[in-house]
Amino acid sequence: MPVITVREALRQALEEEMDRDENVILIGEEVAEYNGAYKVSVNLLDKFGPDRVIDTPISEEGFTGIGIGAALVGLRPVVEWMTVNFSLQAMDQVYNNAAKMLYMSGGQLNVPVVFRGPNGPAEYLGSQHSQALQSIFCHCPGLKVMAPSSAYDAKGMLKTAIRDDNPVVFLESELMYGWKGEVPETEYVIPFGEANIKRSGADVTLISFSKPLKLLMDASVELDKEGIDTEVIDLRSLKPLDEITIYNSVKKTNRCVIVDEAWPFASVGSHVAYLVSRNCFDYLDAPVLLISSEDVPMPYNHRLELAAQPSVKKIIDAVKQVSYRI
Amino acid sequence: METKDLSRYSKEFLHGLLEKMLLIRRFEEKAAQMYGLQKIGGFCHLYIGQEASGVGSVSAVDLSRDYVLTAYRDHGIALACGMKPGFLMAELFGKVNGCSKGKGGSMHFFDTSLHFLGGNGIVGAHIPVATGVALKVRLKRESGVVLCFFGDGAIHQGSFHESLNMAQIWKLPILYICENNQYGMGTDFRRVSAVTDFTIMGSSYGIEGKQVNGMDVLDVYETVSDEVNRIRKNNSPGFLEIRTYRYKGHSMSDPARYRTREELNAYREQDPLLLLKTRMINNNQITEEQFEAIDHRLKKLCDDAVKFAEKSEEPALKSLYEDVYA
Repeated sequence: MPVITVREALRQALEEEMDRDENVILIGEEVAEYNGAYKVSVNLLDKFGPDRVIDTPISEEGFTGIGIGAALVGLRPVVEWMTVNFSLQAMDQVYNNAAKMLYMSGGQLNVPVVFRGPNGPAEYLGSQHSQALQSIFCHCPGLKVMAPSSAYDAKGMLKTAIRDDNPVVFLESELMYGWKGEVPETEYVIPFGEANIKRSGADVTLISFSKPLKLLMDASVELDKEGIDTEVIDLRSLKPLDEITIYNSVKKTNRCVIVDEAWPFASVGSHVAYLVSRNCFDYLDAPVLLISSEDVPMPYNHRLELAAQPSVKKIIDAVKQVSYRI
Repeated sequence: METKDLSRYSKEFLHGLLEKMLLIRRFEEKAAQMYGLQKIGGFCHLYIGQEASGVGSVSAVDLSRDYVLTAYRDHGIALACGMKPGFLMAELFGKVNGCSKGKGGSMHFFDTSLHFLGGNGIVGAHIPVATGVALKVRLKRESGVVLCFFGDGAIHQGSFHESLNMAQIWKLPILYICENNQYGMGTDFRRVSAVTDFTIMGSSYGIEGKQVNGMDVLDVYETVSDEVNRIRKNNSPGFLEIRTYRYKGHSMSDPARYRTREELNAYREQDPLLLLKTRMINNNQITEEQFEAIDHRLKKLCDDAVKFAEKSEEPALKSLYEDVYA
C-alpha cells in the first residue's frame, strides 16, 4: 500500500472529489497560484483552472460568506482557512448563516460547504496562531465537525465531508501535514459518527482526536511496560459523536482519561467527560480525568508552550491516577 | 405633485406596481395591528414608506433566473417577489403553515422557488452570501443577476466592503442596493458616516454608484432595469443608493422620537403610493373609484391572510429537532 503524507492524502481527496463532481470548488487565500499556504492544493489550479480553484483577498468573512452563498444555489465549495485562527474573522458567517440557514428557512436551504484548515498549536507561533478552536464549532447546532489523526483518515473523511449536504468544519493540523501513513489506491470513505479504536486494551480508556492521538499511542507503549493496558479511541468525528463506542469501552475498562488540546472550560473534552460520567456512572472505578491545554494564551517560548499543552508525561500520570497507581 | 408622462408604460404594468405597493402597505398595517394584539412577537420591522424601493427593483428582474436577498426588513420584498400574504402572516404568527414552518419569524422569510433567499437577520452578513450566489451564476455561465438589498446601517460593515472588492475582481453579476431609509435604528446616517453621498462608497472598488429617488417607483424601476441590463451584458457589479424613508420606527418597539414630525410629514407628502396614484389619475389610467375597489380587495386579502394564519396549526413539538441537519 502506498505510504503518503497527510498533506498528499488531503490533496488526493480534493482532486478526486473535484473530478467526481464539477460543483466542487476550492476557494481561499493562496489556494491557487501559491498551491496553498501549506501546499495542500498542489497542482489543483493547473488541473481544474481558475474557475474552480479561486484565490481570494485576505477577507475571511467575505470569502467564507461567499462559499456559503454559492452552496445555497448548487455549488459544493471547499473554503480553506489558512489557519483556523483566522476563522474567528468569519465566525459570524459560520454561526449565523452556514449553521442556521436550513433551520430558519423551514428546510428550504441547505448549505453543502466544507470549511477546512489547520487547527491547534504548531510550534513557536505565539498566542494568536496557536489556538485549538474545535469547541466553538462543536457548540453550534447545524455544523458537523471532523478532525482526522492520520493520512488514511484524512483522505476518507475529507471525501465524506465534501459529499455531505451540511456545513462541515474539517480540522487539520499544521504539524500533521508531514506525517506519513498507508493510504490505499482504491476508493474509500469514512462516515460521520464512527470513532476508531486505535488500540484495544483492558485497563483504561484513553480518548482523543487529531494531533494528540500520537501522544496517546506513545503513552500507551510506556504504560504497557508498566503493566497498564490502555484502550485508545480516536473520535475522528466530533459532531456527530460516536457515544456508543466510548461507552462500550468505558464499561469494559471502568476508567477514562480524555485528552483535548483545547482549553478546558466548555470543551469537547469536558463534554465527553460529562457524557461518560452521566452514562457510565455505575461502571466507573475512578473519576473521569481531562488533560487539556492549560487555561492560558499560548506563550512563544518553547519550554513554556510545551508546558501549556498535553504531553505524554501528563497522560501517563493521569492514567496512573485513575488506576490508583500513584 | 409633479406630473409625468406614463405613455411608455402599459396600464397593466402600472396597475401591477400600484397593487403590489398597496398590498405591502396593507399587509404591514395588518401586521402592526396583529403585533398590537400579541399575535406576533419579537422583532417586527415594517416596510411602510419604502414600498417603491422593493417593488420597483423586483419588477425589473426575472425571478426564473435572477435572485433576491435582503436583510431583516423583509416583508415588503418577499411580497414584491410574489410570496403569498397568508404564508407570510402564518410565519409571523409562528405557525406551521408559515413559509419557514414557523421557525423563521419576521426576519426569516424564504422562498427558494421564487429565488428569494431571505430574510437575513444580521446587519450586512448576507452581503457576502449574495455575492456567493452571484459567483455560482458566473461560474455556471448563467444569465442571472443577483439583487442584494441592505440598509444604510449595513454599509459600514466590513462584509459590504469585502464583498464589493471580490465582486469586482471576479466580475460578478450582482447589483448591491442600499435602501437608505436614513436611520440605522435610531441613528441618523449622517452622524455615523464619513461621507453622506453613498454613491461613492463603491468607488474604491471601481464600482460606479447611482442615487435613486426611492419614493418614485418608476425612477427605481427604470434605474434598476438599466443596471440589471448592463450587468447582464458586461458581467460587472453595480451599486445603487435608493433614498427612501420608513414611516414607522425601526421595529415595533421603537417610537422613533429621534426625528421630527415635520420631517415625517414631508416624506408622507411624497408618499410612493400617492405619487404613482396621482400620476395615474392625471394620465387617465385609474379613477378614485377603481383605486378604492383595488384597496378594498387587498384589505380583504390581508384579512384572509390573518384568517389563514389563525387557522394554521402550531408546529409539532417534535419539529424542534427537524431541519437542523439535511
